[in-house]
Amino acid sequence: MKILTGNDLKSGDVIWWTGESWSRHVDDAVDVGEHGPEILAAEEAARRVNVPYIIDATREEDGGVRPAHIKDRVRALGPTVRPDLTLKPKDPEALDWVI
Amino acid sequence: MYQYDPYDQAMVDARVEEFRDQARRRLEGKLTEDQFKPLRLMNGLYLQLHAYMLRVAIPYGTLNSRQMAALGDIADKYDRGYGHFTTRQNIQYNWIKLEDAADILADLAKVEMHAIQTSGNCIRNISSDHFAGATYDEIIDPRPYAELMRQWSSFHPEFTYLPRKFKICVIASDRDRAAMRLHDIGVQIVKNEADEVGARFFVGGGMGRTPMVAPMIRDFVPLDQLITYAEACLRVYNRYGRRDNKYKARIKILVHELGKEEYTRQVEEEFAHLLDQGVEPPLEELARIAEHFSDPTFEDGAKTVDRSDPDFVLWVDRNTHRHKHDSYVSAVISLKPVGGIPGDATGEQIRIMARLAKQYSFDELRIMHTQNVVLPHVKIADLHALWTELDAADLGAPNMDTIEDMIACPGLDYCALANARSLPLAQRISERFDASGKTEKLGELKLKISGCINACGHHHAGHIGILGVDKKGVENYQLSLGGSEAEDVSLAKITGPGFTEDGVIEAVEKVTDVYLERKEGEERFLDTYRRIGMEPFKEALYG
Repeated sequence: MKILTGNDLKSGDVIWWTGESWSRHVDDAVDVGEHGPEILAAEEAARRVNVPYIIDATREEDGGVRPAHIKDRVRALGPTVRPDLTLKPKDPEALDWVI
Repeated sequence: MYQYDPYDQAMVDARVEEFRDQARRRLEGKLTEDQFKPLRLMNGLYLQLHAYMLRVAIPYGTLNSRQMAALGDIADKYDRGYGHFTTRQNIQYNWIKLEDAADILADLAKVEMHAIQTSGNCIRNISSDHFAGATYDEIIDPRPYAELMRQWSSFHPEFTYLPRKFKICVIASDRDRAAMRLHDIGVQIVKNEADEVGARFFVGGGMGRTPMVAPMIRDFVPLDQLITYAEACLRVYNRYGRRDNKYKARIKILVHELGKEEYTRQVEEEFAHLLDQGVEPPLEELARIAEHFSDPTFEDGAKTVDRSDPDFVLWVDRNTHRHKHDSYVSAVISLKPVGGIPGDATGEQIRIMARLAKQYSFDELRIMHTQNVVLPHVKIADLHALWTELDAADLGAPNMDTIEDMIACPGLDYCALANARSLPLAQRISERFDASGKTEKLGELKLKISGCINACGHHHAGHIGILGVDKKGVENYQLSLGGSEAEDVSLAKITGPGFTEDGVIEAVEKVTDVYLERKEGEERFLDTYRRIGMEPFKEALYG
């Protein structure tokens, strides 16, 4: 699947396109198929996202979304050396998901 | 230490307001990201993996306790409670909001700090010896000259858009504690045969994808021509540096392609042209700057410590450096606790270090390029009290220059350029060697880890270096041996095929075992490597 990501303009937070708006949780990301470029252009022009781009990802059995590249998995979770600052601070398996 | 005059303060204050307006226009949509990016970078504001990152300049790594405390307050007020001290003697904050950035710059300006020229193709923060002005082995304090260069290079209109970024280092000792020859310009203050003080110029060093050791192009520049000679070096680079290819744009490539002799000839020609152009600042300005770096009033006192507490003695033996006054030492505060993240400190720890500097070190601190902090002037009689407070704050690790005192860049955990994570390696290696008790046996062993070829973790200069690469989407690590950034400078050589994360940690263990088996006398790891060569290490790794 193709998903869209970027950073929030004000906060810099990593965000993912949900089909209607932007979420901080990668599992909310939707497959945009071939429509990525036009969505990104419109959203960037409206200042709802900063430096957006399209990536490959897979839908996992539990319904979650896993970016294809480790860099985007680190972005999706947070720094692996600071579990307390990730989006899943209490999930010991979250770091395994990145690797 | 240097204090801003009204001109310095007005310049920094004006920049804060200029940036506040630029950020406002970006948030209102009046500037696109393409328009805004070069403006934010000129103020040290990057966009990294998780958020904006702000890099704050600490000129030649020197700051006072008020400034240090302000850095701790910024960590708590605007970030997530910590900061990261870097290999350029700066500090970075990882979780900055664009809407807060101008307020942070305003807070910095109140304590005579800024983030100007911490990014972009300009002259970056001038670095220096972290023991400058305190150590027993220097000719003079190099910091007045570093400050003069800071003022000369700040907003220099001719050098704001160089072919690529430009890093200058100034030291005044034969012992190189600042990786001087791995800078674009390395300045070593020396005495000539007539006992006059001047400067050696080394030009064209650097790490990154094409590591090079800077050759010396002039063995003596009179100090009243220092800025003029630096200007000549920059002018030749600015004129002929490769603007067509980012990867060949650093001065090291120009010096290499022209050849040292031809580059030097052109610099000398430019220098001769500039000598009567009034480039050199008036000597009164240097004298004004130098007054700020006069010695504090040292007092005679105890020359030794009570050696009855082995933990304290271990810290004293490892983490203090001989001072020019025999009743004082420079004390190194390690930011490398076992299993910790090299260079990270919490807001509270930063404020504790600020308070201890005020109490024990004439209000002064230094940031080391090895991502530690120095209290430069500590009475030997005060060492136990200082160590007790440091230890209570988890700042008392006795590991300077050991394998646990490694440099590591932020890597793929934070950095948008990185290919692999470096911080987990640093954590696991320090835990492993601490647990095995081998750290002590290994003695001085400089391990340096970079998460990409840009080499912010100085892996080329590590006795053991690790470079993280992306191998078809999986982290992989190359091991290299034999580097040094000290006065015996050398570039490390790659051992062979790379390793997985687990594999490279095993590999580090194996090469240290080879050293322990083959070392003779008091040899360091680097000495043994240089004597026996790469083969025994390769045999252990791949045989």
